Amino acid sequence: MSGIDSQGGLGADGTAAPEAADLTAAKVDIVPPEIVAGSLSQYFHAWWARVRGGDAGVLPVVIALVAVTVIFTAVSPNHVFLTPANLVNLFDQSAVFMVLAIGEGFVLLLGEIDLSIGYVAAIGGIVTGQLVQPSWNWPWPIAIAGGILAGAVIGWLQGTIITRLRMPAFIVTLAGYLIWFGVMIQILGTAGSVGVSSSVLGNQQALYGIVYSYIDPAISWVGLAVIVVLLGGMMWLRDAGRRRRGLVASPIGLTVAKIAFIAVAGVAVVAICNINRGVMLPVIGVPWVVPLVLAVLAVWTILLERSQFGRHMYAVGGNPEAARRAGINVALVRTMAFVLCAGTSGLAGIIYLSQQGAMNTNINGGQLVLYAVAAAVIGGTSLSGGRGRVIHGVLGGLVIGAIYNGLYLLGLEIQWQLVITGLVLLAAVSVDALSRQSSGVRV
Amino acid sequence: MDVMSQASPDQTAHPGGTGVGASPGEEPLLRLRGISKHFGAVQALYGVDLDLPKGQVTALCGDNGAGKSVLTKSIAGIHQVDEGEIWWEGRRVHIRNPKDSAALGIETVYQDLALADNLDIVQNMFLGRERLQRGLLDEDSMERAAKETLASLRVTTVRSIRQPVATLSGGQRQAVAVAKAVMWNSKLVMLDEPTAALGVAQTRMVLDLILRLKDHGLAVMVISHNLNDVFEVADRIAVLRLGRMVAQDSISAFDRQSVVDYMTTGVSSRAVKGPSADGGRN
Ligand SMILES: Nc1ncnc2c1ncn2[C@@H]1O[C@H](COP(=O)(O)OP(=O)(O)OP(=O)(O)O)[C@@H](O)[C@H]1O
Ligand SMILES: [Mg+2]
Repeated sequence: MSGIDSQGGLGADGTAAPEAADLTAAKVDIVPPEIVAGSLSQYFHAWWARVRGGDAGVLPVVIALVAVTVIFTAVSPNHVFLTPANLVNLFDQSAVFMVLAIGEGFVLLLGEIDLSIGYVAAIGGIVTGQLVQPSWNWPWPIAIAGGILAGAVIGWLQGTIITRLRMPAFIVTLAGYLIWFGVMIQILGTAGSVGVSSSVLGNQQALYGIVYSYIDPAISWVGLAVIVVLLGGMMWLRDAGRRRRGLVASPIGLTVAKIAFIAVAGVAVVAICNINRGVMLPVIGVPWVVPLVLAVLAVWTILLERSQFGRHMYAVGGNPEAARRAGINVALVRTMAFVLCAGTSGLAGIIYLSQQGAMNTNINGGQLVLYAVAAAVIGGTSLSGGRGRVIHGVLGGLVIGAIYNGLYLLGLEIQWQLVITGLVLLAAVSVDALSRQSSGVRV
Repeated sequence: MDVMSQASPDQTAHPGGTGVGASPGEEPLLRLRGISKHFGAVQALYGVDLDLPKGQVTALCGDNGAGKSVLTKSIAGIHQVDEGEIWWEGRRVHIRNPKDSAALGIETVYQDLALADNLDIVQNMFLGRERLQRGLLDEDSMERAAKETLASLRVTTVRSIRQPVATLSGGQRQAVAVAKAVMWNSKLVMLDEPTAALGVAQTRMVLDLILRLKDHGLAVMVISHNLNDVFEVADRIAVLRLGRMVAQDSISAFDRQSVVDYMTTGVSSRAVKGPSADGGRN
């Protein structure tokens, strides 16, 4: 009598089957430490237990950063890696990887991939660059909006094909890779590049200044203080309020540690940027690209972690069928992920334009995509979907930028850069695979 | 209660009204007529009729693959039916997607649990219906409401309401799925094998909950292979066999053996008072 259990469950005498209790025992080992710990030391205990259980969290990215710093400081000529000039330069280079990785993170969160973003970024940079050429000379904020919009439209096209026609993202965006590569060459034409120059006052100078103009040191200190007070105050009030109302909150010590960490990191960044790094003329100050990246981080984090739409993105990434049954428009969410990804990539292209002073046909869109995926994954985003944060792109982008910068300092030839980048990508993916294996996969 | 074996007058308005339903003169909350559903070559449901009256628990029985889950998902808007009519509070309705059914006041606990592993308990319970404050998620109010619901269901074994569902045991996940369904002011709650993975205490809790929902005047449909549970909570029994509704009547018309007979062969010689099912029609 298959499937019929007229004797099971509560027995005639009402006694329990002995194994019944086990079914409701929690898998305590992988519960996030911050929600069960009462104090900072308990938190580190729980955290360490989880790391030993295989879910390393941010540990890989921290180890990677320390290792890269130690190695490149040791082997770079005159230990130039850790000089203020190089660190600022490293951040400028990382900014492109960071923003691209943040973009890619949106589609990785849904378990998809977008291989086209390198050349989508190029198109974004070209659109913005064209809009500030003498023939157009549009205001630079509109030019930036235009570059982002160009990316978003491309993302909408590709996302619509993927979700409505049910085609694999891998293939559609691979096609996009070729198409936007070709379109880029066609637009750039015989000139081969579109540039922004500091010598053209006004809009071109402003775009060039994203990376190469600096905030007055006094203002940067004030800005940092405002950010730390506002952010720290918000974190403190939120956690304290939740504790007071008896809701789940991280231990006080952890809140304090987080705020202290933000303050220390902020002071370090501003202090390094405010050391004179000029060779002939003094060069002092935080490049504007730093607050730009922070703004992208803040806006997209609020969208992803505090808004209803962001919640739905996580749901679709974790279990699309559950999302559908909850009444979520899964196709719309997926399409929007590609729009957000490509729009953010457009902004990365604008940073690239500023950093290189021009967008030309030499841009290596294939390498940029792989760097972006590697950065997101090293930062802690899962390739299988459902897990990822905007900060992962920033941290991972920093690691990739540091490797890129260090290899450049060593003067390694291109073939070794390719090999090492490939190895880093592999290492990142193995970390992801390991953490997936160990964190009790249930589907 | 009194169960009619002939068509009651008000049912003549509805094509296919075959008198399988609730007490005379009272429109059931949900009335299905001639529901058919196929997947490719597989015909999962053949012209199924079903009534779900208010304030009563209807147990849907049937062997594995009988079509119970497909029927549930058709009502929930997960599947679109090929043929047939759905009447809700006397009105003909079309349920095209899960939102439509939720809007009518239908909540479902699915057999294949519809929870997102990467989200925590609160996030899952409010999925698709998040509370907002100034445009952003109102986590505090959602957490409090979820906590109260779980406490009222005596789900006390979870360590933290903020742990991802992936870290819960099977029974805890089931408890969360049940809690998710009863948190909303619904009129019909359908539970597809809600106690399958539950321990004794939690099974008791779910059965009590089903009785409480009924006392609040809700219509409840419960699918279970456990006939002890069925006979404990159900007011009515409907039996599906290979996609056809072979019996549907008040609980008093059945005993355990007759339910098993209907499930396995489609007929029963042991009928207590001759179930009025339209089994012969199919
Ligand atoms: N999405 C689907 N695609 C194709 N066939 C399906 C689908 N869902 C169900 N079926 C088929 O429909 C029939 C009824 O399945 P259903 O899941 O409703 O059975 P059930 O009565 O719920 O069984 P159980 O007691 O095992 O849960 C089965 O033959 C099944 O293979
Ligand atoms: Mg089933």
